[in-house]
Amino acid sequence: MTSGLRIRNLSKNFGGLQVARNITLDIPTGARAALIGPNGAGKTTFANLIIGALQPSSGSIHLDGKDISQLGEAARVRAGIAKTFQITNLFKDLSVRDNIRLPILEREHRTFRFLERHDGDAAIEAEVEELLADFRLLPLANRLVRSLAYGQQRLVELALTLSLKPRILILDEPAAGVPSSDSHLIVDAIKRLPTYLSVLIIEHDMKLVFEVASRIIVLVNGAVLVEGTPEEISRDLRVRELYLGAGHG
Amino acid sequence: MIRISTIDIVRTSLGGTGKLLPVAILITCAFAAFWLFPYDLGFLTQMLIMMVFVVSFDLILGYAGVATLGHAAMYGCGAYAAGLFAIHASPDPLLGLAVGAVIGALIAFFSGLLLMRAHGLSLLMLSIAITMVLQEIASKARDVTGGADGLTGISMTPILGVFEFDFIGKTAFWYAFSVLFIILVVLRVLVASPFGLALRGIKDSPSRMRAIGTPVYWRKVTAYVIGGTIAGIAGALSAQITSLVSVEAFNFALSADVMVMLILGGAGRLYGALIGTLVFMTVRHVAASIDPFNWLFVIGFMLLAVVFFLPDGLISLPRRVAGMIGARK
Repeated sequence: MTSGLRIRNLSKNFGGLQVARNITLDIPTGARAALIGPNGAGKTTFANLIIGALQPSSGSIHLDGKDISQLGEAARVRAGIAKTFQITNLFKDLSVRDNIRLPILEREHRTFRFLERHDGDAAIEAEVEELLADFRLLPLANRLVRSLAYGQQRLVELALTLSLKPRILILDEPAAGVPSSDSHLIVDAIKRLPTYLSVLIIEHDMKLVFEVASRIIVLVNGAVLVEGTPEEISRDLRVRELYLGAGHG
Repeated sequence: MIRISTIDIVRTSLGGTGKLLPVAILITCAFAAFWLFPYDLGFLTQMLIMMVFVVSFDLILGYAGVATLGHAAMYGCGAYAAGLFAIHASPDPLLGLAVGAVIGALIAFFSGLLLMRAHGLSLLMLSIAITMVLQEIASKARDVTGGADGLTGISMTPILGVFEFDFIGKTAFWYAFSVLFIILVVLRVLVASPFGLALRGIKDSPSRMRAIGTPVYWRKVTAYVIGGTIAGIAGALSAQITSLVSVEAFNFALSADVMVMLILGGAGRLYGALIGTLVFMTVRHVAASIDPFNWLFVIGFMLLAVVFFLPDGLISLPRRVAGMIGARK
């Protein structure tokens, strides 16, 4: 049994338009992989295929040897795949604490309970407090998320996603919209992610990619152009041409 | 918490006993209304029934964020079910309430399976369409429902075999108040539960809820069924107390009024539904008695003022005033 995420010949068509073409790659347990590519390369589509927001036209996705290709979005979350969004997607009218508490309740299959208090379980409350502390969010715990700065919302989203205890974490442009002065907070948070977790980062910021990724996949027109270590990718002429222009020597 | 109101601040400062503050206010208001307006008990009872109805809609719109204009479907079916049950099976009021609740739940479940897949304008249109179909069925089935003449001949036995319905309406008032009180307690427990938190999450961001693994559709269907159950109880109460069910129970205007009352008072707060119903029905009662032709102007302007100046509803007024006073200091 292969540990981690195994993707084979994954394709997606919208009518005559092919947005993902025979993508084959492995993201082993504990990997820190990055997916890069120019605008319109199909990176977000690819992420949506993995999380189940889109169903593939052909190909397969296996998680720890189990075929999850036909599962819906909610079922894939329960299988262990979680994602942060390109633009933060949080419960903005709930407190930071409730934003962390709700996914934990969902993970523990408790959101269909009617007669107990949502903050009444000591073990869950301890886990909420631990996550808030890990992400340095304790001083903000009772604030409504909509009142937070964007960078802080990014951290809340990361904490929220981790509270699901996923095995595969997809970070869709985690530093997008965060002022450069605060982006180190995101980088630090990614570096502190547990080692059992496989992480796939979709990012434009090459500095961030080279800082956190041990493996880089370059996607162009919905297909994998090249895959390798950061050193291999930085030396690859096709990638240099793609990012720096044809005349680059 | 979603928002903190003055009542929350007072409650917190009172500690453990503060939890009982809204309950104490509610009971005090009921006794005050009973003693101060002994000749308006019929109107006050109608208001209590409408509060049950509006509070059921609050769960659906205020908490789960599902905007429909067909909530009268469950109310109407609950009313007809309780009325027919009283005539043909048993005149016991509590059994009749249970029948109204079950029928409200069933209508909500089957219509919810379709409605909860729709969004926005489609959802509004579909919810209106379902209610219109039910209204037409009630109108055509004259032999069963009495058609346009309404269902008559409903008479109830004493509640619990003790409290007989009287001409002045004292029993009906306390009966309606007791039902409202029990439903409020149940809903307070429900909205504070993990399910209640999940509903607020769905209202806030359904896509994020899906991304944390929640079966959003089924949670919404569940909320719709619970809301429909309570709406069915409201309809049953109305049938038992007025001894009449008319096809107007399915009227579009009723669904629209319920939405206006909720927005007026403040959605997603439960007590906002009570305040909205109280203000709407009182203003309508007074304004219509002064000017029977133009009273809608008053309601319209009131709604405009609330939407523009108090988007969280009248329940947020004390907090807004306190904030303005604080800002001046």
